[in-house]
Amino acid sequence: MKIGAPKESTSGEARVALTPDSALQIHKLGHECYLEAGAGSAAGFSDAAYREAGVTVVDGAEALWQAVDTVIKVREPNETEAGYLRNGQTLIAFFWPAQNEAMLERCKAAGATVIAMDMVPRISRAQKMDALSSTANIVGYRAVIEAGNQFGRFFTGQVTAAGKVPPAKVLVIGAGVAGLAAIGTATSLGAVVRAFDVRPEVAEQIESMGAEFLFLDFDDGNDGSESGGYAAPSSPEFREKQLALFREQAPEIDIVITTALIPGKPAPKLWLEDMVAAMKPGSVVVDLAAERGGNCDLTVPDQRIVSDNGVIVAGFTDFPSRMATQASLLYANNVRHMLTDLTPEKDGQLVHDMEDDVIRGATVTHRGEITFPPPPPKVKAIAAAKPKPKEKEPTREEKRAAELAAFKQQSKRQVTMLAVGGAVMLLLGQVAPASFMQHFIVFVLACFIGFQVIWNVSHALHTPLMAVTNAISGIIVLGAVLQIGSGSGLVALLAGISVLIATINIVGGFLVTHRMLAMFQKS
Amino acid sequence: MLSQGFVSAASIAASVLFILSLGGLSNQEKAKRAVWYGIVGMAIAVGFTAFASGIGGYGWMIPMIIIGAAIGVYVAKKVEMTEMPQLVAALHSFVGLAAVFVGLNADLERRRVMAAQLAGEAGESFSAFAALVATKTPAELTFLQVEVVLGVFIGAVTFTGSVIAFGKLAGKIDGKPRQLPGGHLLNAGAALLALLLAILYVNGAGIWTVLLLALLALFIGYHLIMGIGGADMPVVVSMLNSYSGWAAAAIGFTLSNDLLIVTGALVGSSGAILSYIMCKAMNRNFVSVILGGFGGTTGPAAEIEGEQVAIDAGGVASALNDADSVIIVPGYGMAVAQAQNSVSELVRKLRAADKEVRFGIHPVAGRLPGHMNVLLAEAKVPYDIVLEMDEINADFASTDVVIVIGSNDIVNPAAEEDPNSPIAGMPVLKVWEAKQVFVSKRGQGTGYSGIENPLFFKDNTRMFYGDAKNSVDALLPLLD
Repeated sequence: MKIGAPKESTSGEARVALTPDSALQIHKLGHECYLEAGAGSAAGFSDAAYREAGVTVVDGAEALWQAVDTVIKVREPNETEAGYLRNGQTLIAFFWPAQNEAMLERCKAAGATVIAMDMVPRISRAQKMDALSSTANIVGYRAVIEAGNQFGRFFTGQVTAAGKVPPAKVLVIGAGVAGLAAIGTATSLGAVVRAFDVRPEVAEQIESMGAEFLFLDFDDGNDGSESGGYAAPSSPEFREKQLALFREQAPEIDIVITTALIPGKPAPKLWLEDMVAAMKPGSVVVDLAAERGGNCDLTVPDQRIVSDNGVIVAGFTDFPSRMATQASLLYANNVRHMLTDLTPEKDGQLVHDMEDDVIRGATVTHRGEITFPPPPPKVKAIAAAKPKPKEKEPTREEKRAAELAAFKQQSKRQVTMLAVGGAVMLLLGQVAPASFMQHFIVFVLACFIGFQVIWNVSHALHTPLMAVTNAISGIIVLGAVLQIGSGSGLVALLAGISVLIATINIVGGFLVTHRMLAMFQKS
Repeated sequence: MLSQGFVSAASIAASVLFILSLGGLSNQEKAKRAVWYGIVGMAIAVGFTAFASGIGGYGWMIPMIIIGAAIGVYVAKKVEMTEMPQLVAALHSFVGLAAVFVGLNADLERRRVMAAQLAGEAGESFSAFAALVATKTPAELTFLQVEVVLGVFIGAVTFTGSVIAFGKLAGKIDGKPRQLPGGHLLNAGAALLALLLAILYVNGAGIWTVLLLALLALFIGYHLIMGIGGADMPVVVSMLNSYSGWAAAAIGFTLSNDLLIVTGALVGSSGAILSYIMCKAMNRNFVSVILGGFGGTTGPAAEIEGEQVAIDAGGVASALNDADSVIIVPGYGMAVAQAQNSVSELVRKLRAADKEVRFGIHPVAGRLPGHMNVLLAEAKVPYDIVLEMDEINADFASTDVVIVIGSNDIVNPAAEEDPNSPIAGMPVLKVWEAKQVFVSKRGQGTGYSGIENPLFFKDNTRMFYGDAKNSVDALLPLLD
């Protein structure tokens, strides 16, 4: 199949959909490559370089459109180009079908198949052909560079012999690919970066790039990430809170980079006139959504506006063209990956498999029919988080009932134990002499005190506790003392030994405990 | 000579002081005062009892007290903190032996007094204990016999049990559970025989019954503790502690001395609670600990996959240099290697580098309740960074590095993950939840319970082989 890239007709567009590198790869798929003469020159690729890569260079746009079966382009076709389209021809380009319904109709009428690179679904498998992401990456980077170009100060804070320079404060709105790229670039230049996004789950990504996430305390319950990596339009209340947050930030911020886009819709207005008015003179707003209406009230597409209070609002839409070489290399690769998917057998035959999620999603007209919008992809971008099973909060009655039951059980156990204990005492009292019972009362009470006291001993002091109780159990020496003067030789001998070893126990036990406790120190 | 009123007052004072002494151990600062309560209480108790009217025998008693005190001072000064478990066990045996002797004496005196009374010499003046016996009614004398039996029996079990526990803790006897053929049947038989002898004795048989009973009890004590493994020693030691208290209480009954009864009961219940706490910490049933060995597994232990990956000091040091929070989990291995001072130095260095360093202590780490706390205190580790299991278990997930030094079973995830494991259900320190775990260990062997530890095979675990002290010393110069 013959695949060709014409020179871009849109003024200011420097990119090209085919590079010498991608041409070599496309050859391997069994296709022939064509190029309109001079198409790559704005991006820094000469015709000679293309010829070397085996590309047939054709003079004139019409000749190219006639020569090839598949046209690969960057921008959507203009009227003239649409006129060249013929039945059965395939066009691969950024198409923005939602905004270009008339063009969509024309292409359908011409019988051409159009694959819109901007409609590639955002699923893992399709990342290699996600031209929006690769473009956004460039845009984000360039936005910071352009902002720096307009901004009259350093990004990084410095203390120099000539005085102190505060760091620039950058606010990035929308942490998509462009936003994250901008955050990364701005932080690496040394700026203090804050970022906001309607999806709280990107906070981690933002923080990983080195920015501070401006958290909005709002719970609207639905998860922005489900719809394929794009933020869903927010509720009015949410929007109000969000604007209030920006309004609060505006006086402090030196550079604002807005990247908020909603698929298939005009860009939301997020940086309003009063916020621009609140900013310091010399501050910069770079509106990356300018092409789609702009996030900032003051944005005029493709122009650099200076507000009444000296704030520069840059509405450039040609960031990729400002880095045409890099942008072309990446875009050409995305297109090449798309062609790879369209040529599963690598035999130079395009197979348009409408069952394939990626191809189906990107195709906007096919065989004389408009196939836009596509059905939702079968594979969701992000597995929907399983709703957490809420732990059932026991009601007050249930709690009370449980407490009551536990209390009853405890009472029952204690009463049983007391009854059994009482019975045993009663029996004992029948046989034991009164003097024994008196001692026994002392014994039982001492046991109780022991239990009560020991429960409070801290865990760390269990060893000293054992040493102390051990020393105290040397009280047995009293028994020996009582007997030692009592009678015969043998009794005295045994009592004497007992006195000896019990004393070792007492003295040793106490001294060791004392030694141990003296070691416990607070930091 | 002091009157009886004085002695009684002294007994009350001593009892109160002992209670305050035990109660004071609720925190480290109060504990320092608490020891003095105990010492003063003991001095009052011994002093007033010894100088009460009709005691006598000072020429023999005082030298004995002086010699005993001297030996006690010597032992207490000489002992290493790592040898504390042995020392406590050894001291218990003294109490047990003393209880046996005092019990036997009581019986000897009883016989002498009864013989004299029978011979009609009622008018003869008995001194000290004999005088007390002479006033007793026949019913009281029977009870005295029961008390003697109890005192002698518990004392004898405590004596041999403590000696064996001492041997095991000191490494002089193999720590593995070992029993004579017949196992617990032998113990049961001996106990039954002892009961028979006790009945004979109470019914008037000769003193040989008590002697034989003491021998049987000595055997039971020996055999019982021999059958219990080293890992259960914390329970055993506190159990013996409890026994020594009960023996003292039984002797107190024999001698009609309330102070002995109160103190014995305090010690006895304290030991019982400690045993209970230890058992709970190991998720073991008290009975199954006493009956020895780990029993009752219901299936094969789960297979462990993976391998133990070793690491050298450099690797551990660089991880420590990068870490913000470190938890050290010491075990018996640290005590064996005497590594507590090196660990303390490590902690000092890490804290100087502004890292958060804490210790996680399992209730049964070591061979004695609170063993690790004492060792770390000796090495001057501040006690407020030494936390117990419940305080620190939730923090492992947010910790960068955990260093496990010479502990094994207390960090074994099988307790939670493998229902067939012998230690299933035992609360453990969840070190594996930390980002990285280093295990300092002598070799690839298993812990005291003899079971494999899946922690060592986990992806975030690195084995730092070698003697704990040498390993930690090797780390020190490598830290910033």
